[in-house]
Amino acid sequence: MKLPSRFILPAAAFAVLVAFFVIGLQRDPGTIPSPLIGRSAPAFSLESLGDPAWRVGTADFAGRAWLLNVWATWCAGCRDEHEALLAIARENRVPIVGLNWRDDRSLALGWLAQLGNPYASVAYDPEGRTAIDWGVYGAPETFLVGADGRVLVKHIGPLTLDVWQRKFVPLLPSPGEGT
Amino acid sequence: MIPELGHFALILALLLSATQGGFSLGGAARGNHAWMAAGRSAVVGQFVFTAVAFAALAWSFAERDFSVLYVAANSNSQLPLFYRIAAVWGAHEGSLLLWSLCLAGWTLAVTAASASLDAPFRSRVIGILGLISIGFQLFMLTTSNPFDRLMPAAAEGQDLNPLLQDFALAVHPPILYFGYVGFSVAFAFACATLLEGRLDAAWARWTRPWTLAAWLFLTIGIALGSWWAYYELGWGGWWFWDPVENASFMPWLAGTALIHSLAVTEKRGLFKSWTLLLAVSAFSLSLLGTFLVRSGVLISVHAFATDPARGIFILAFLTVVIGGALALFAWRAPRLNSAAGFEVTSRESFLLFNNAFLVAALSLILLGTLYPLFMDALELGKVSVGPPYFDLVFLVPMIPLLALLGVGMHAAWKRGLLGSMRVRLVVVAAGSLAGALIIGAAAYGDIRPMSTVGFALGLWVMLSSALIPVMRLRSRQPLPAAVVGMVVAHFGIGLATLGITGVQSFKIEKDFALGIGEAATIAGYEFKFAALRDVRGPNYVGVEADIVVSRAAVPVTVLKPQKRLYNSGGNPLSEAGIEVGAARDLFAALGDELGQGRWSVRLQYKPLIRCIWLGAILVALGGLIAAFDRRYRAPVTSTAGDRAVAPAR
Repeated sequence: MKLPSRFILPAAAFAVLVAFFVIGLQRDPGTIPSPLIGRSAPAFSLESLGDPAWRVGTADFAGRAWLLNVWATWCAGCRDEHEALLAIARENRVPIVGLNWRDDRSLALGWLAQLGNPYASVAYDPEGRTAIDWGVYGAPETFLVGADGRVLVKHIGPLTLDVWQRKFVPLLPSPGEGT
Repeated sequence: MIPELGHFALILALLLSATQGGFSLGGAARGNHAWMAAGRSAVVGQFVFTAVAFAALAWSFAERDFSVLYVAANSNSQLPLFYRIAAVWGAHEGSLLLWSLCLAGWTLAVTAASASLDAPFRSRVIGILGLISIGFQLFMLTTSNPFDRLMPAAAEGQDLNPLLQDFALAVHPPILYFGYVGFSVAFAFACATLLEGRLDAAWARWTRPWTLAAWLFLTIGIALGSWWAYYELGWGGWWFWDPVENASFMPWLAGTALIHSLAVTEKRGLFKSWTLLLAVSAFSLSLLGTFLVRSGVLISVHAFATDPARGIFILAFLTVVIGGALALFAWRAPRLNSAAGFEVTSRESFLLFNNAFLVAALSLILLGTLYPLFMDALELGKVSVGPPYFDLVFLVPMIPLLALLGVGMHAAWKRGLLGSMRVRLVVVAAGSLAGALIIGAAAYGDIRPMSTVGFALGLWVMLSSALIPVMRLRSRQPLPAAVVGMVVAHFGIGLATLGITGVQSFKIEKDFALGIGEAATIAGYEFKFAALRDVRGPNYVGVEADIVVSRAAVPVTVLKPQKRLYNSGGNPLSEAGIEVGAARDLFAALGDELGQGRWSVRLQYKPLIRCIWLGAILVALGGLIAAFDRRYRAPVTSTAGDRAVAPAR
């Protein structure tokens, strides 16, 4: 039977749509590229969470690879990734710098005392200014900064050891290399 | 025990849906009346067992049974009973159960009211609804079972998302789903028609009240969602073009086009295949909306359940249902010819324009909603499409649509516009334009091109609608419910247009940093931050401000915005303080504490915003009145002349 073409159009358009949906479902909606990748990490110098007189900043890590982890006590995903952070800290390959984001100092210190502290140092950013510079739109987010001061990779959402192995470890300087 | 009963009832409901679908369609195909009767009986059983499953879940919430995973994840013991019940549909699994219950309810209603239809046609409709039920119940049982147990049981539940602990949002999903699912009736009618290969005026007359009913629920559901977003999200916006909002708005646009196209099919036997396509599209867009929200294909602030396994299931289901219907359309629709001419100024051609503009707006909104997905799939980068695009693509078709609406209502079928009517309409048009200029100048002291166009269109639609009952009563013509409904709905569209124009053109939104005793002034109103106190609710603590509003030293009101921290954790939530007025809303929301006793305070002046929701209520009311028109209750008879040219075999 010969079909007049215009009656097939809706079905054909729908078939194209389904093809796009199939591709769309394979993709991870969490991978939002950061414009920071490959650029220099935005500099900051903030009060340390533990000691307001002490400052924590990008300058402390010049010439070294380091990890920036954005967290807060109100963030459920941060609790989920805490074990993984502790495990990464035990590996002792890169220092983890915490950016305590829009949080309360006493709550945050209580959290670290209770759950353990994976951070080499924690910067306190109650108003979220530094987080804006880094393009943070939700916690947790984790950035790897290379020894040359460039942002190498960004992960949105809770960090797991699997993600760590896949996304971060291949970019780390091999042990013994570098400073 | 009760949750297991619910689970078992859901399994029985699935088996009955399969019976309903299989026996109804099989019976219709083979002309077996015993099978068709079996299919109809299954409808009742399916409804009863779906309702039992729903009741079991509600009971688990009411009794705080935290050994049920879904209950533990979406309520806690401090949550008031009303919200514990509303929590049934507060997340993914329960929403599906509600969907399924709505569908069973609609199916039962259609079965009960359709005894006068041809038995095979009636069975095909029931069978297709049964197939859709199978999909939803299978979806729940395989990927999203609300009755899954949590072992060991939680001592205390997490909480219902605090944003959802609100009256409007508690009732919003059931109403919205009732609308979404209601389009399944028109969909099933369209598929049954395509299967039989004939379409007559009785078909359109039968489909219209069901479509109107679904559409009016959807209208109310969307309006409630918009109202909620306005006072609860703390930003004072009333529409965000969020993918989830679009997911409900697109079926509404398709449904609106369908109602109008059905009128032509019923009265004149035209637009047959087009009407069928719209009937298929309205429900397809409802399903597509569900898919977009649930699958994680598009991320949105509203999408509270995203899981790829579920996405794959919904996509497969979508492909079967929508793809099947569209394939059926491609195969059978060419037989449904309609050959009749009409004048360019006849009502048919105005309704054709109506459909063209509505579908243009719908397609462009669909394109904008899916564009990020297309770009991502083609590896062209992640993009997002924002409100400026949607505002533009919606506005451009709406201007001619509203302009033609006022004329189209007065045009006769087939013949065109009478000479005397033209003069009256020119007078109304001139009056509307003058009115728009006066409103702009007198109320807001500013005449802008877009606001003048908007006000003039709003007034034009309202006045030309009101002209109909006036003229009919004067010439002692009858005023049937269908006409009254049309007038009320169109008047509501005009009112909403005024409201949208007022808000978008003359709103004022400003953020201030205020300490106790300080004041800020917008739009001639002085807002004084008078006091701040602690408040404590059943499951939250927070602060409440007194913001004393005065105008020219005359007190107007005291706004009491709150900032709440729910015991279950999460970000603090802002409860806006709003003074409602016919001409304007005054709005205050507490932002962050800035230190030294100062707070960021968002103050807003929203002219005519109430007209938007009042207009939407009138639109829904118009639909309700029209659905009760006497001719829909008359026994269905089909006239031979309306039959399609080639009967299928």
